[in-house]
Amino acid sequence: MNFKLIFNIAIHLLKARLKQTIVAAVGVTFGIAMFIALVSFMNGLNDLLDGLMLNRTAHVRLYNEIKPTLKQSIELSEKYKNSTNFISSIKPKDRGKAIYNSQAIINYLKQDNRIIDVAPKINVPVFFNSGTIEISGVINGIDVLPEEKLFKISDYVIEGKVADLIQNNSIIIGKGLADKMLLAVGDMIKVTSAKGNLASLKIVGISQFGIAEYDNTMSYTSLATAQKLLGESTNYVTDIQVKLFDITTAPSVAVEFQNKFEIDAIDYQTANSQFETGSTVRSIISYAVGVVLLIVAGFGIYNILNMMIFEKMDSIAILKATGFSGNDVKWIFVLLALIIGLVGGVFGLIFGFVFSSIIDVIPFETASLPTIKTYPINFNPLFYVIGIVFALLTTIIAGLFPALKASKIDPVEIIRGK
Amino acid sequence: MSKVLETKGLTKYFYDPVKFQVLKGIDMTINHGEFVSIVGKSGCGKSTLLYLLSTMDTDYEGQLFINEELITGKSDKELAAIRNEKIGFVFQFHYLLSEYNVLKNVMLPGMKLGKLSNSEIEHNAMEHLKTLDMQEQALKMPNQLSGGQKQRVAIARALINNPLIIMGDEPTGNLDKKNSDLVFDIFKKLTLQEKQTLLIVTHDNDFAARTNRIITMEDGNII
Repeated sequence: MNFKLIFNIAIHLLKARLKQTIVAAVGVTFGIAMFIALVSFMNGLNDLLDGLMLNRTAHVRLYNEIKPTLKQSIELSEKYKNSTNFISSIKPKDRGKAIYNSQAIINYLKQDNRIIDVAPKINVPVFFNSGTIEISGVINGIDVLPEEKLFKISDYVIEGKVADLIQNNSIIIGKGLADKMLLAVGDMIKVTSAKGNLASLKIVGISQFGIAEYDNTMSYTSLATAQKLLGESTNYVTDIQVKLFDITTAPSVAVEFQNKFEIDAIDYQTANSQFETGSTVRSIISYAVGVVLLIVAGFGIYNILNMMIFEKMDSIAILKATGFSGNDVKWIFVLLALIIGLVGGVFGLIFGFVFSSIIDVIPFETASLPTIKTYPINFNPLFYVIGIVFALLTTIIAGLFPALKASKIDPVEIIRGK
Repeated sequence: MSKVLETKGLTKYFYDPVKFQVLKGIDMTINHGEFVSIVGKSGCGKSTLLYLLSTMDTDYEGQLFINEELITGKSDKELAAIRNEKIGFVFQFHYLLSEYNVLKNVMLPGMKLGKLSNSEIEHNAMEHLKTLDMQEQALKMPNQLSGGQKQRVAIARALINNPLIIMGDEPTGNLDKKNSDLVFDIFKKLTLQEKQTLLIVTHDNDFAARTNRIITMEDGNII
C-alpha cells in the first residue's frame, strides 16, 4: 500500500472540507482541554485534601486501647481447657494509657529503614480556665523536632514560633480558643488536668488548622511540660506516631508492630477510610465527565466523516475504478479521522494546559486553609498522555464505521446512477 | 493476435425488485488493437456487460479472462490492482476528482501503481495532455474546464498506465457534436498509432459505425 499517496489524498479531502474539519477538530480540542483541566483540578483538590489529612495523621499510630482482655484467665486453666466456658459481665481492662517500655520501642523503630521518623506524643485532656469558666480541651505533648519534621505544624502556626515550645511551661493554643478567651501571644493561660493538677503556661504561639473543632480544643506543648502537668515520669508516652516512606505498606506494618510490641496499632488507611472513598469518587467523577466530553466529540467526528462520504461518493467511486482497493479507501477515511483526532488532541492538550495554568493562579483564600493561596492544580504528565491516547482512540473508532462504509461502496452503482 | 478480453457464458441477474436475467450467457472475445463498440437499446444490458468486463461488478456467473488470465473469483485487492494497471476508464460523466488539479488527476492512477517516480509520471502525464492538446489547462482545477476538456482529461488519465484496454461508457453521451467528434478522433488516433485496444459502449450509431467492429446487443444476448 502506498501510504504517502493515501495520506496525500486524505489531506486533499480535508482541505476541500476545511470548515467542517475545523469544527470536528475543535470538538475534540474542547473535549480534551476540558478533560485535562477537570482532571488536573480534581486531582489538585484531592492532593490538597490528602495533604491536609496526611500532614496531620500518622501512617501508623501505636497506642493502648481500653478493651477487655482477649484471653480470660479461665482459658489458661488446665482443668477447664476442654470445657465450654461462659463468662458474663466482662469489664474492659485499663492497662493505663502509657505505652510500656516506650523509649525502647522508639529506639528500635528509629533503626527501621522503612520508617522516615518516629514522634512520641502525650494526649492530655484538660480544662482551660478563664476566671470561673472552664473550657475543655486537649493538650498534645509533642517532641518538637520530629513532630515538625513529620507533620509540619509550623504551617499552621499563624503567630509565634514552634521552636519556642522547647522552653519550659510554654504552649501553643488554637485560634478558636484564643478568640474565645481573648488571649494573645505572651499571655499566660491556666490549665487544670483531669487529676486536678493546676498549671500556668505561657502562650508562645497561636495555631489554625481550619477545622473549628481542632482550633477550639487543640493546643501543643512539649513532652516534658505535659509529663509535668500529669505528674508522670519522663518516659511517660501515650502515642507513638510513625511515618513510612511507602504509605501503601502501612496496614501490613501496623499488624507487624501490633504483634511485635503487643500494643494497639492503627494504620492511615483504616483511620481514614471514608476519606479515601471521597478521593476515589471525585476521581471517578472527573474521569467520567472527561470521557463523556470525548464521546460527544467522537460523535461529531462520526457525523462529519459520514457527511463527507456522502459528498465524496463520486470521488470514492472514481478512486475505486482507477485501481484503489476497498482497503485503500478505508485507510483514507481512517487517516482523515486520525488527522482530526491528532490535531484536535494536540490543541486540546495545549488549551488544557492553559486552562489549568489559569485556574492555578486564581486566588483561593479561605480561613480553613491558611497555607493555600490559589486553586490547586496537579500538573501530572500522565493526564496528558491519557488525554491524547483517548483522543486518538475515540477518533479512530468514530472514523472506522464511516471508513468501512466507504470501503464497501459499489462504484458501479454510483457511476450508473447518474 | 492475442486475446485481450474473453468471456465464457457470462450471466447476470438483477434481484431488485424481481429476479430478472440481464445477461444470458455472453461469449465474446476482443483482440489486441481492436476498436470495438457495443450498441443496443436502453436496458439491453450493454452497460451491465461493460461493468462486468471492467471487474468492478463481481456478482455474475460464467468466466472472464483478461490477457488470457482467469479473473473470475479474484479478491477485491487483486481486482483493484488489475483495474489500476490494465484497464483505463472513460465515463459519460467526467468523474474527475474535484480536489486535485488536472495534472494530478491524470497522475493519480500512475502514483497508485507506483512503478515510476513522481517526476517520470508527471512527465508522462504532460505528454498525454499535450497529445490531447490540453497542456495549457494542466494546472487548472476540474471545475474550470468545459465538458469536452474534462473528457479529454479523463482520457489522459485512462492512458497514464499504458493499459491493455480502454473501456468507455457512453464517453460522448454528454458532449455536443463537435466535442464528440474530437473524442472519437482521439480514440481513432490511439488505435491507429498506438495499437490501443478500445471497448466503447454507446447508443450513438454514427459513432459506432466508424469503429472497427460493432457488437449489437438485445435482451441480454449478442446478435
